Amino acid sequence: MLIGLHTGDDAGVRLLDSSNALVQTVDFISPVVDDPYAFGQIAAANSLSDVYAMGGTPITALNVLAFPCKELSRDEITAILQGGADKVAEAGGALLGGHTVESPELFYGLSVTGLVDPAKLISNANARPGDNLILTKPLGAGMVSTAVKGGLASPAHTEAMVKSMATLNKKAAEAMVSAGVRCATDVTGFGLIGHAAGIARESKVNLIFDWERIPLLPGAKEAYSLGMVAAGAYANREKWHDIVEVRAKEGEEALLYASDPQTSGGLLISVSPHESERLLEVIISSGTAEAAIVGEVAPGDGSLIIR
Amino acid sequence: MTIIDCNNLACPEPVLKTKNALDSIEEGVITVIVDNLAAKENVSRFAKAQGCTVSAKAAGEGWELTIAKGYSCELPEMMPEGAPGVAKLPTAILILSDKMGADPKLGEVLMRAFLSTLSKASLPPAKVLFMNSGVLLTAAGSEAIEDIQALVDQGVEVLSCGTCLDFFDKKDALKVGTVTNMFDTVETLTDGYRVTTIR
Repeated sequence: MLIGLHTGDDAGVRLLDSSNALVQTVDFISPVVDDPYAFGQIAAANSLSDVYAMGGTPITALNVLAFPCKELSRDEITAILQGGADKVAEAGGALLGGHTVESPELFYGLSVTGLVDPAKLISNANARPGDNLILTKPLGAGMVSTAVKGGLASPAHTEAMVKSMATLNKKAAEAMVSAGVRCATDVTGFGLIGHAAGIARESKVNLIFDWERIPLLPGAKEAYSLGMVAAGAYANREKWHDIVEVRAKEGEEALLYASDPQTSGGLLISVSPHESERLLEVIISSGTAEAAIVGEVAPGDGSLIIR
Repeated sequence: MTIIDCNNLACPEPVLKTKNALDSIEEGVITVIVDNLAAKENVSRFAKAQGCTVSAKAAGEGWELTIAKGYSCELPEMMPEGAPGVAKLPTAILILSDKMGADPKLGEVLMRAFLSTLSKASLPPAKVLFMNSGVLLTAAGSEAIEDIQALVDQGVEVLSCGTCLDFFDKKDALKVGTVTNMFDTVETLTDGYRVTTIR
């Protein structure tokens, strides 16, 4: 076993032979949008992301579905599964089947198995002082999706959020593996600070973020002022604020955006400063236009700084 | 007085209930009871963004939020110490130029001194609005940013007119406070503030 329960990585990894390791993960979520097809795409992209965050390639996937039989039509269930199947196909994986149960609440996701070259395995323990940090998708998905639930998000903001969440981290991951990156994670339910904290702790470094360079989804600021902030953002903030020092003048506001839980968020990549600009260009041209260099790695004891 | 019980409600429900209650009144005071931190902060931020005054006090397992909308925004806690018991409107300062008065050279010095003194005032205003060339004071290149930031740090709402920033090509150069629009400006000037204008 190369990576198991204890490092807080995105997926487990087991060595098969000298050039192949197995990457395995399972994840499922409750709906973040009304459209069942979009929900299926987002849930699948979210599940596949854990394999990408380890530098792996998805090979096979299984559906994990729980739903209230009386509240959802057959067409809606079909649309959810079609959304998921389309994303698995886009990822180049094979959907082999799955398991469905009845439940009072709807959940959908995938169990994904992938392969990774053990020499190129990406973990959250390999960040080095001097590295630059690239974030490949904008933050704010938790806030905009709360506004969607509250009926207070504009159609344009909803659409931008769905597009971002349904985008696979595939191309960004391929680009980072080609660039020789050894440290990354995906930013999901624990928010930027929660996932950055994992890198800082496991790599024994500090991560410094430049607040003004962190991309936000359109509509995130509106959702913030409307009080459309998911309880998870506050839970993340309370859990990690002791290790975060906020120097940006936006203070509490910046900290709350950085705590916002993301569904199918982007990759946070630690990359050598010589490679960072080139890698960023490749990632941007591959379809995640909002990707940005958002900070750097410094020697330290596992703290985060937002300046 | 309306009491909205948001116990056992998850986000965004408490905000939506508060919104409905505030939308249904022109002015007045409502009390919102919340039992978790997320609801407390979300409801408070929402109400403040709507121009209401919010005060929170711990109650039982959660908090009781008192939200005042419209003219009767002055809660007892908001009164300056030693002030008489009559309602006193919060102040807003409207700054229409980057200089104070007619002579440009003197005006520049006076404006710096004014903002510096204002940032140390014992009773700071509730809002400072920058319009026309006033927005040059909040944008990159201004020497008054530290003083204005000191106002923000004291809780003063610092607002710069977006159209004006655009006009002076400073749209991305705002250094302190937030951008506002004519709708909010009109609300401030006509609704519940004692406005002092600096030209």
